[in-house]
Amino acid sequence: MEHLVKDQQLTFKDFSTDQDVRWCPGCGDYAILSAMQKALPQIGKEKKDIVFISGIGCSSRFPYYVETYGFHSIHGRAPAIATGVKLANPDLSVWQITGDGDALAIGGNHFVHVLRRNVDINMILFNNEIYGLTKGQFSPTSKTGIQTKSSPHGTVDKAFNPGKLAIGAGATFFARVVDVDPKKMVDVFVEAEKHRGTSLVEILQNCVIFNDKVFSAITDKEGKFDNQLWLEHGKPMIFGKENNKGIRLNGLKLEVVTIGENGITENDILIHDAHCEDETLHNMLVNMVLPEMPVAFGVIRSVKASTFNDKLWEQISHEKTKAKFSSIDEVVNSGVTWEI
Amino acid sequence: MTKNIEELEEVVIKFAGDSGDGMQLTGSQFSNTTAFIGNDLSTFPDFPAEIRAPQGTVAGVSGFKIQFGSTSVFSPGDEADVLVAMNPAALKANLTSIKDGGTIIIDSDSFKIKDFEKAQFTSNPLEDGTLDGYNLIQAPITNLTKESVAQFDIENKSRTRSKNMFALGIVYWLFNRPLDITENFLDAKFSKNPELAKANKAALKAGYNFAITVELLPSNYTIKPAALPKGKYRSITGNIATAWGLLAAAEATKLKLFLGTYPITPASDILHELSKYKNFDVISFQAEDEIAGICSAIGASFAGNLAVTSTSGPGLALKGEAIGLAMMTELPIVIIDVQRGGPSTGLPTKTEQSDLMQAVYGRNGESPVIVIAASTPSNCFDFAYQAAKLALEHMTPVILLTDGFIANGAEPWRIKKLADMPSITLNMATKKEGWSPYLRDEKKLARQWAIPGTKELEHRIGGLEKQDISGNVSYEPENHEKMVTLRADKVKRVANFIPELSVQGVSEGDLLIVGWGGTYGSILTAFSELIKEYKNVGFAHFNYINPLPKNTNKVFSKYKTILVCELNSGQFIRLLKGELSQFNYQQYNKVQGLPFSKKELINEFTKYLK
Ligand SMILES: Cc1ncc(C[n+]2csc(CCOP(=O)(O)OP(=O)(O)O)c2C)c(N)n1
Ligand code: SF4
Ligand SMILES: [Mg+2]
Repeated sequence: MEHLVKDQQLTFKDFSTDQDVRWCPGCGDYAILSAMQKALPQIGKEKKDIVFISGIGCSSRFPYYVETYGFHSIHGRAPAIATGVKLANPDLSVWQITGDGDALAIGGNHFVHVLRRNVDINMILFNNEIYGLTKGQFSPTSKTGIQTKSSPHGTVDKAFNPGKLAIGAGATFFARVVDVDPKKMVDVFVEAEKHRGTSLVEILQNCVIFNDKVFSAITDKEGKFDNQLWLEHGKPMIFGKENNKGIRLNGLKLEVVTIGENGITENDILIHDAHCEDETLHNMLVNMVLPEMPVAFGVIRSVKASTFNDKLWEQISHEKTKAKFSSIDEVVNSGVTWEI
Repeated sequence: MTKNIEELEEVVIKFAGDSGDGMQLTGSQFSNTTAFIGNDLSTFPDFPAEIRAPQGTVAGVSGFKIQFGSTSVFSPGDEADVLVAMNPAALKANLTSIKDGGTIIIDSDSFKIKDFEKAQFTSNPLEDGTLDGYNLIQAPITNLTKESVAQFDIENKSRTRSKNMFALGIVYWLFNRPLDITENFLDAKFSKNPELAKANKAALKAGYNFAITVELLPSNYTIKPAALPKGKYRSITGNIATAWGLLAAAEATKLKLFLGTYPITPASDILHELSKYKNFDVISFQAEDEIAGICSAIGASFAGNLAVTSTSGPGLALKGEAIGLAMMTELPIVIIDVQRGGPSTGLPTKTEQSDLMQAVYGRNGESPVIVIAASTPSNCFDFAYQAAKLALEHMTPVILLTDGFIANGAEPWRIKKLADMPSITLNMATKKEGWSPYLRDEKKLARQWAIPGTKELEHRIGGLEKQDISGNVSYEPENHEKMVTLRADKVKRVANFIPELSVQGVSEGDLLIVGWGGTYGSILTAFSELIKEYKNVGFAHFNYINPLPKNTNKVFSKYKTILVCELNSGQFIRLLKGELSQFNYQQYNKVQGLPFSKKELINEFTKYLK
């Protein structure tokens, strides 16, 4: 052939399916879907090599809307299914879609173990701090005191901080984004795919029906700049409407300081090191809450580590070099045998 | 002194001792040697529930029973001709299961007052008449073992540890067995510590020589080789056979084998065995729990592996929802349930057949899956292979039931060649043209397997009800009913692809004895004895539970009474009554965590033949 057919560059459209999207109008999930459909053409994989696996929940409907291989499974178990897919075929790009209930209540066990093993998958956690699909019960990330159908007098539960739990379980990648910031979502999805190991992306997602505006203090126009700290590896932790606030380490604590006040200069501001293996600072960043501190966003932690799937397949290759048997017939004829 | 040699047709030996005494190893060595010289045999290891129960107590007794003979042997037998009791607890635990006039060999060095107390004997059983009527052989096994290994440079604590080999030596002489197979085994086992190998071999030989010289043993016995079919044999347990059957299916299909599982007695040996074969691309994934075990396997199946999960009753309960998912998405997966005594944690080390209902019905919604059951240690190989074949060809979960009795029991196996196994035809989708995720073939109603990585076949599956053919989510009432029916028909049609039920004995008569799964050997033993006297009786054993073999109705219609024997309170009989209600059923059940004995079965059978 004279002309090689060049691989066509995939676009947003290539990743849309013919299924009607069934989330409530105004749900944050729409923005996440659209950001994903924009990110996928950038990851350099063919559609046939991408798999989306979800549990159960509003968020877990996601795979039906992405034109790749997809599996809408059972409540909480997607990390285990995704692990099976990745181990079976490590060439696939595997994305797990989960909700705060799916990942941290019924699926809590699988959540920590997939992170502990560092299986090379991307886990997208839609955190709306509520059970959406079952119509509005509190979840393990709901703020203490929240009144819901199952907690008419307010909850007495303490909430999980997903990032803290993940880092405790050995996460090598943790990022946080908001559903109202599509561009940043796209970037973070692409970063998540690049990272080798379990990449956990927590998305603060607004459920307009059952938990509307829980994140408004963070996302509202007025508060947005002062309440969000966007982290970038190698850049100082500066934020605020005037771009003059920063994070400083004071003793064993983080604190917010203002550049130009009390002799503070940019040199006093921490530089974000997402690649630092020691998780102490990442934990402190993940733990920052309003009103004293801004909420940290972006790639908070991204450290190199070997993955479970790589190590497994290395073992398999190694065993092949020193195998005693080359077929089942050799296995069954090994050891003590006799003729009659 | 010259001694007599007597000939016997079949013998039952029980080795019993403290769980640290190495009785399982002793028993399996005796089995290997016995198999090697051509006897047929069947074994039954009986483990204590606790790994290290207090030393010397009855709770800590570990036993190994073997029946071997010059004729076909189908079960490990009932009462023992010979009991080897390494301590008083072992004697106490087995007192009621020795034949009248049987031989008891004890280690007299461990029959001291404090040993009796630990075993809760109130007086000395060697002197108080407890053992009257038995041929008691008191051998100072511990001390003689110490002497026999004195010359070797081994650790002090190893000096008495070889006493199991000394005892084995005695029994080898008693039944005229050669020592070399165990000697070779010891050389291989202790290849890194040759002194230990030498010491163990010396103890074995010393036991053998002791038996020759001691006057208490006036004669020894030969058991001629059994007339087994010609071929190459090995000894095999059910769990190993299960693992190897799966390896065979993976090799036959060139699929990678994926085992996603969580350890549980008595199924763990399948995990242990398959974990050895990374060189065959076997992925054995020890998950965080049973649910993750099966879910990882479902993921692997979606991605195109031969996917397997293994467990026992409590684990099967946890896997229920995921089995439903595999059934709904119509993905191939093999679920192995090595049944143990239930309910709840039950009797983990004991055998039972009480998961049948759970396997057939234990899921939410209309959720039919194929259920098959292996019936001997060695045919676990065939049924594991068959489970994989059915799962792959019919695109559905298959539950394979075995049980603690056949999983841990061993028997000689005429080694199979992969080339002799039935072929497995994969049902892969390779191109978009004419393909739809839930389009079915006409005969089996199986959909095609379209695995990630295949160009243009991107599609979504899930646990929600799906539109016929397209597989898109559908809540349409008629479609749901149609899909429920299709999934049920798919499993029913498997009856067209499995062997018919066969009958031993008369094909028409008064009584048909029916069993299923792991009780085959016990029932056949009793049946073989029974038909020496009674003619009007047949025996049919089921390996296929759901669906039942096509001719079941026809077979049953030829008998006045159908007697269903099972190690539960009557689960298979309920299923039979549900499917084929017109027959006169009777039931015989045992729920003691133990296999059937020949005696109790014959006793029961004859009630219907008088
Ligand atoms: C085994 C099981 N238990 C309970 C449910 C009911 N259920 C479905 S989704 C859900 C919670 C979903 O909440 P979340 O994971 O936060 O997802 P969201 O709907 O908020 O996106 C529950 C309890 C179920 N489907 N399966
Ligand atoms: S219930 Fe909430 S989370 Fe679910 S679709 Fe509606 S808005 Fe979105
Ligand atoms: Mg939620």
